Amino acid sequence: MHPALQGLLTILIGVGGCVGYFYFSNVFLDRVLFPAKGPNAGRNINRANIIRPWLFLLPAILALGLYLAYPVFETIRLSVTERVSSVEGTRYVFVGADNYAQMFAEAKFWEALRNNLLWLIVVPALSTAFGLLAAQLTDRLRWGNVAKSLIFMPMAISFVGAAVIWKLIYDTRPEGTEQIGVFNALYLYFGGDMPQTWLTIPFWNNFFLMIVLIWIQTGFAMVILSAALRGIPEETVEAAIVDGAGPFTIFFKIKVPQIMGTIVVVWTTITIVVLKVFDIVFAMTNGQWETQVLANYMFDKLFRANDWGVGSASAMVIMVLVLPILIWNVREVRKEMR
Amino acid sequence: MDNIAGHKSSLVLITNLAALLLVLLWLFPTVGLLVSSFRTADQITSSGWWSSLSAQERQNNPIRISGAEIEENGLFVIEGRLFEAENVEVSLWGTSSRAPQAFEPGQTSELSRDRTVMPQTDGSFRFTALESQEGKRLPRVFTTATTPPEFTTDNYHKMLFEKGNVEGMGKAFFNTLTVTIPATIIPILVAAFAAYALAWMEFPGRALLVAVVVALLVVPLQLALIPLLKFHNGIGIGKGYLGVWMAHTGFGLPLAIYLLRNYMAGLPRDIIENARVDGATEFQIFTKIILPLSFPALASFAILQFLWTWNDLLVAKVFLIDASGETTVMTNRIVELLGTRGGNWEILATAAFVSIVAPLFVFFAMQRYLVRGLLAGSVK
Repeated sequence: MHPALQGLLTILIGVGGCVGYFYFSNVFLDRVLFPAKGPNAGRNINRANIIRPWLFLLPAILALGLYLAYPVFETIRLSVTERVSSVEGTRYVFVGADNYAQMFAEAKFWEALRNNLLWLIVVPALSTAFGLLAAQLTDRLRWGNVAKSLIFMPMAISFVGAAVIWKLIYDTRPEGTEQIGVFNALYLYFGGDMPQTWLTIPFWNNFFLMIVLIWIQTGFAMVILSAALRGIPEETVEAAIVDGAGPFTIFFKIKVPQIMGTIVVVWTTITIVVLKVFDIVFAMTNGQWETQVLANYMFDKLFRANDWGVGSASAMVIMVLVLPILIWNVREVRKEMR
Repeated sequence: MDNIAGHKSSLVLITNLAALLLVLLWLFPTVGLLVSSFRTADQITSSGWWSSLSAQERQNNPIRISGAEIEENGLFVIEGRLFEAENVEVSLWGTSSRAPQAFEPGQTSELSRDRTVMPQTDGSFRFTALESQEGKRLPRVFTTATTPPEFTTDNYHKMLFEKGNVEGMGKAFFNTLTVTIPATIIPILVAAFAAYALAWMEFPGRALLVAVVVALLVVPLQLALIPLLKFHNGIGIGKGYLGVWMAHTGFGLPLAIYLLRNYMAGLPRDIIENARVDGATEFQIFTKIILPLSFPALASFAILQFLWTWNDLLVAKVFLIDASGETTVMTNRIVELLGTRGGNWEILATAAFVSIVAPLFVFFAMQRYLVRGLLAGSVK
């Protein structure tokens, strides 16, 4: 069957199935299981109302459980087992911390971890800083909304598309020919001796990859922070002006402290994106020239080395890095619910 | 007072200029790729895209002369043009790579085997030989010329519509569409019901469930890859559309439930309680009142999920694309092209832009909802 037809059919089955499930399970509950009539009408209504939320929740709970909760525990299990293939089939043998030991012994892993930490510091910091700058600059402009749209635009571009865009910027042509990459053209224009292959310069190439994500995430930071800036009470700014504060004092001493909460939120959200960054590195260097990151390291183990044990162990490292944010978020939400 | 006012206007000017600079900086990379996708391979390799916007004098890649041969008083003559474009102005030329600027237009160069070639300033040339050049390699001409801006849509034609182009994006485009649409619609439906239950129904464990959803919001995708691949293989669906739809649904649900629950919880209590008093069932309340009122939140999530599934590489690579490559999506196709055609920017730029166009369109058409979704979705 043609995939497009199959897709259409799946939409119909999926949507129809969902609607059908919700409709008929409700009908069944109200008409058959606990009908709201007869001698026990009152009791039946109460019982139906106890069960109904779970009818509404069931598909979501199943999907969440199977696709997100179960994998967490399964990954923990896989990370302490080794897959053994033999003629009888595939078995999983408990090996304790062997996978972790093997991973910690690899230089590539430490390189990935170091780079990830570098990403964790640089990308959220610069994205938030540029986002704040953009939000403040465009705040009072007549063409502010157009400016925001254009800075925000990279958000819609895929990481892979962004990788192509930036690879053209870092492009290198042989010495003596016209450079078509902006970086090299500028480098030579300002007196550089010969064209550089930017993505192969160890350590610094990490930053050239980070620029891509910063370019994408700045728009996100700008949008959120701009909304926060708008929410600052006008009186606080006016009072500061009356007291003779200059624009910089107002920005750093009055505005920034008031939106600190939002800055933290933006920072943590970008942190989570950074921890999972895969496409950019995969498409631009594939972890060569010392640009490996954890997510790509994991993909490498999974599909190139076909080593599920170490792959799971490296996924657990990402999970451990996310854990503080997860706990903090849950605590905040529980506070709100109370 | 004048002083303060003057100070203020200079600040406004600086703000405007700084904002303009920032916008141009952010726009520059994308524009570069867009412009490149409308240039020929020769143009891209011979000059930076920024110089293509104005007439530039530059040394061109060698052009091999070609044309119909005419016999003229015992001489075999080929006349024609070196460039397709009009308004080209040749300033210097040569016939070898060692001396590409040896001659001026109108001068004649004597080649081996009694052949001559003479280009003119306007790019036309006259080539003569004593014997027929039928089936022989004609000489190349190196030119330094001023060419006006010139763009072509050939790249797009080639990447999208050319039959038999194994690198084409047409198929991948439809595959991406096939992945995206069900993967956007199905989670919305599942999440909407769950969000309603979490927002407006009383039951034990509600707070706990909300906390679980928030926790799952940040669980890295990477953890799910191996267990789910194992699961999909175990139940026999292996790699394919069904698997990728289910995976995207599962991964999109936490955000969907979170966004929709927050929005629905903010709807006025009176509406729902009045409906309950009037005897509406919960199912009716949900479909007739809650769902239409929640349209902004539904649209927000739909856009986020569409962008995410359209732009996704990892999930497609793990759950969809098998060894046959029949089900490849655009992001994957581009990564493959980066590997095999790393220097062919006319192909890469065009492929990338084909994949970027749809999200960009959605972005500009529905930016309002996207912003709203992001504002609501970043955990406070």
